[in-house]
Amino acid sequence: MTLRPTPEDTPRFDAPWHAQVFALTVALSEAGAFTWPEWTETFAATLRARGGDGPLDGSEDYYMAWLAALEEMARARGFAGPDAVADMADRWRAAYLATPHGEPVKLS
Amino acid sequence: MQHDHHDHDHAHAVLPPDPALRVRALETILTQKGLVDPAALDEIIDTYAHRVGPQEGARVVARAWADPAFRAALLDDAGPVLDDMGLTGRQGEHVTVVENTPERHNVIVCTLCSCYPWPLLGIPPAWYKSDEYRARVVREPRRVLAEFGLELPAEQAVRVWDSTAEMRYLVLPMRPAGTEGWNEADLARLVTRDSMVGTGRPRAADEVSAP
Repeated sequence: MTLRPTPEDTPRFDAPWHAQVFALTVALSEAGAFTWPEWTETFAATLRARGGDGPLDGSEDYYMAWLAALEEMARARGFAGPDAVADMADRWRAAYLATPHGEPVKLS
Repeated sequence: MQHDHHDHDHAHAVLPPDPALRVRALETILTQKGLVDPAALDEIIDTYAHRVGPQEGARVVARAWADPAFRAALLDDAGPVLDDMGLTGRQGEHVTVVENTPERHNVIVCTLCSCYPWPLLGIPPAWYKSDEYRARVVREPRRVLAEFGLELPAEQAVRVWDSTAEMRYLVLPMRPAGTEGWNEADLARLVTRDSMVGTGRPRAADEVSAP
């Protein structure tokens, strides 16, 4: 594989959730939930563990690793366990499916 | 971007992909627990999706090219200089500016994850976050730089700087020839993101319209 430069004017985030998971992590750190070095340690460990599945390309798979690291951080610190996150994700899924197209999606 | 609506008729809102729902779920739970403020999230997204970018770093580089006293202060201890310009890191990290010379070319990486001087360059491009760049630029920097179109003379040494949560780096590229007398705003137009990472050079004087 070779690397090649990319234009500067491409969107900074490829998907809205990439920006959301990034912002959630920065906000938690700034609010004192964990320090940034604590975050990078967890994230680096996640990246190392995922490297076995083949090289990450730095976009979708990178943010998948970021999300996994944040979920681990939330679990380890007792903020939110995997079951609570899965249940809440199901509630959001149901809310999307129950909301007419074009209207704001809200949890019931 | 993924859309999972190929077999739906759009009667309901477009269902985001699974990871997006998990992020949404985390956000809901953490907001309910008072650990994050939704307004703070919006501010961070707006800042990094739309506002902060390589133009901040370009201002710093252009001033360093134009003002020898500023350049000396920046290379000596970038922290106070960047504070004065309102470019302080959000995580309290330190920034070291490393200067390219005919004898030494500098390039930055984060081998552990993707630490990057956000206040100066914004969100890193995907290649900076890729396993390939993170692993190979340390092992074979000249080859990686050649893939970016940067062929360095054999007599110019290459130094790779590995960023951490506490220490980030910015490359001060060499000022292009033929720019004597240019003001800072004109000089800043020559500065590219990649030239401040070390994977590129600034634009040549004749690549932008003359001031």
